[in-house]
Amino acid sequence: MNTQRAAWMFLAPAAIVLGVFFLLPVIGALVLSLTDYDLYALADIHNLRFVALANYWALLHRPLFWAALGHTVYFVAVGVPLSMLMSLCAALLLHSPLARCKAFFRTALFAPVVTTVVAVAVVWRYLFNTKYGLANVALGWIGIHPIDWLGDPHWAMPTIILFAAWKNFGYNMIILLAGLQAIPVELYEAARIDGASAWRQFRHITVPMLAPTLLMVGILTVSGYFQLFAEPYVITEGGPLQSTVSVLYLMYNEGFKWWNLGSASAIAFLLFLIMFVVTACMLRVERSEVRA
Amino acid sequence: MSLACWRIVVAVLIYACLVACTQHSGPNTLTFWTIGREGEAITQLLPEFERENPNIHVVLQQLPLSAAHQKLLTAFAGDSTPDMTQLGNTWLPEFVALGALEPLQARVANTKSIQPGDYFPSIWATNVYDGALYGVPWYIDTRLLFYRSDMLKAAGFDAPPRDWNEWRRMLAALSHPARGQYGILLPTNEYDQLTSLALQQPDPLLRDGGRYGNFESTGFKRALRFYVDTFRLHQAPPITNVEAGNPWVEFGRGVYAFYFSGPWNISEFRKRLPASAEGTWATAPLPGTDGEGAALAGGSSLVIFRTSTHKDAAWTLIEYLSRPDVQGRFYDLLGDMPPRRSSWSQGSLLRDAKAQAFREQLERVKPTPPVPEWEQIVNEMQLVAAQAVAGDLTIDQAAAEIDRRADRILEKRRWMLDHARPTTSAPP
Repeated sequence: MNTQRAAWMFLAPAAIVLGVFFLLPVIGALVLSLTDYDLYALADIHNLRFVALANYWALLHRPLFWAALGHTVYFVAVGVPLSMLMSLCAALLLHSPLARCKAFFRTALFAPVVTTVVAVAVVWRYLFNTKYGLANVALGWIGIHPIDWLGDPHWAMPTIILFAAWKNFGYNMIILLAGLQAIPVELYEAARIDGASAWRQFRHITVPMLAPTLLMVGILTVSGYFQLFAEPYVITEGGPLQSTVSVLYLMYNEGFKWWNLGSASAIAFLLFLIMFVVTACMLRVERSEVRA
Repeated sequence: MSLACWRIVVAVLIYACLVACTQHSGPNTLTFWTIGREGEAITQLLPEFERENPNIHVVLQQLPLSAAHQKLLTAFAGDSTPDMTQLGNTWLPEFVALGALEPLQARVANTKSIQPGDYFPSIWATNVYDGALYGVPWYIDTRLLFYRSDMLKAAGFDAPPRDWNEWRRMLAALSHPARGQYGILLPTNEYDQLTSLALQQPDPLLRDGGRYGNFESTGFKRALRFYVDTFRLHQAPPITNVEAGNPWVEFGRGVYAFYFSGPWNISEFRKRLPASAEGTWATAPLPGTDGEGAALAGGSSLVIFRTSTHKDAAWTLIEYLSRPDVQGRFYDLLGDMPPRRSSWSQGSLLRDAKAQAFREQLERVKPTPPVPEWEQIVNEMQLVAAQAVAGDLTIDQAAAEIDRRADRILEKRRWMLDHARPTTSAPP
């Protein structure tokens, strides 16, 4: 009995902080999402109307929400594999016994992660300028016509994916590198004695041994990429033709630009629901693979 | 756990800031928020004010334009508004609806130095809601044409356009898309240009007292058609201002013959173009549908918050900033145009030929509809217009879509007007 009370006392500070700064706001947001809290309600709380699920219903009928969801899924579906592939390749190269100046390259490849999004986004905006950007100049050398990277609705999202992948791959690379270093060298030795090629070593030793790390990195990256916001906010402001509006960007606009906190909260909960389902599916796939 | 630790650290920091802020404001300390570039220029006007009024100390906080709107709303929600602020006149209706602003007509009536009749009437009117005055215009903003007079002359036009037909002919003569030359730059993510054209029409932009959109009117469709045709005829490139990059230099190079923008660009052009180019460009009032046209009445006002405890000191500062000589210096510092006629009859404003087109147009400006939702509606208007420019929608489809979106945004306002409670402040 006494130990239980002691345990609660030790837990209390963290529980109170979590309750006040996390649980209460979440409950508050849930309640908000059932009302039409807006500018008029801010002026006088009597102007607040309880609308039940009308915010959710209206969102599901709003083309922009589906478009934003489409853009976000596009970003996740292309961005996550690309970013993880870049991380894995970089980690493998750094881990290779042939690599020289490892510390330098590790730092250099990790550098984009610690830069400020806004500062590098401005640089990228220049790099991908249609007329004067280095990207189009480089394409010109190999005879490809200039691409309107940030002005063409079809190219803006790929540009943003490229930017996000470049900005974030270093972080996963460090985690994967740690995972690679944890694989016992004896396994490779044994495989070499058995005459396994480099590819088969990778396929049958590296990948299975790295699988738990890869899954964790995958889940973290997916949930991070679903929250796409800063990149379109800084580079394209959601344009051109709203082709880079993500779900979170839409929520920000609704909530903090137009002060429609009711519908903004509804967007937040829908996004939470989607991320919850996707992450749960990934965990389930992992579990079934472990069993198999 | 580390997340929880961070939260405690943040909470402590916020508390420390709050304590520091409250200690900072003494009995005669006036907090004044400025938005954008005005904040830098005003630091040069304040020393004289503090010399004249030694008992008032002004604490200035400069907000960037992109964050100002939400910062002001958040301050209102959190009961931490300053004593006074600069407020764009499209944001004024929101803060009036919130009941955040102090009515000022009694103070104006007791002040000799601020004469309502001396102000351009449309600009003064944007500060009046239901007969009550909530702000004093500080500077004025309207959109008109900057043009390359040398290029027009070379193409056989001696004067800037007077109406849309003439304008269209000039745009056609000066556009060579194959060479990367266009008649005009109209960034597809800026709504001021289309709004200016729409305000020239006799039809109001909203109908039934701001209950519904009126974008399917003949007038708005005429404006939208002119706007969209400019792109379809390749007289303007369909790009946003993000891609336009450095329009000043491109205007100087002759990439654009016309540039549709506001007063601050007079000084921008002088700063960015060589002095020898001064004679190659000029400004002209916006051409109307058939002859002299109206234009957008924008700008900022000075307002006092209802919760302020230094209203008299704030009013003293407003009086100081409204003096014609101070407004003249403000123009010299920044290029912000004064809203009073007497400020225009002195100093460099009187002498500058490029400012005179603005002076002429200011007599004809028209305000946007005074509803709190206007900014949101006009954003949607521009998004749909950009779709029409891209060829995804016809003019009729675009007009209907803008009306549909405007009506959705105005739903709460209709409910408010129909359920107006006598005790609370009704929206304007």
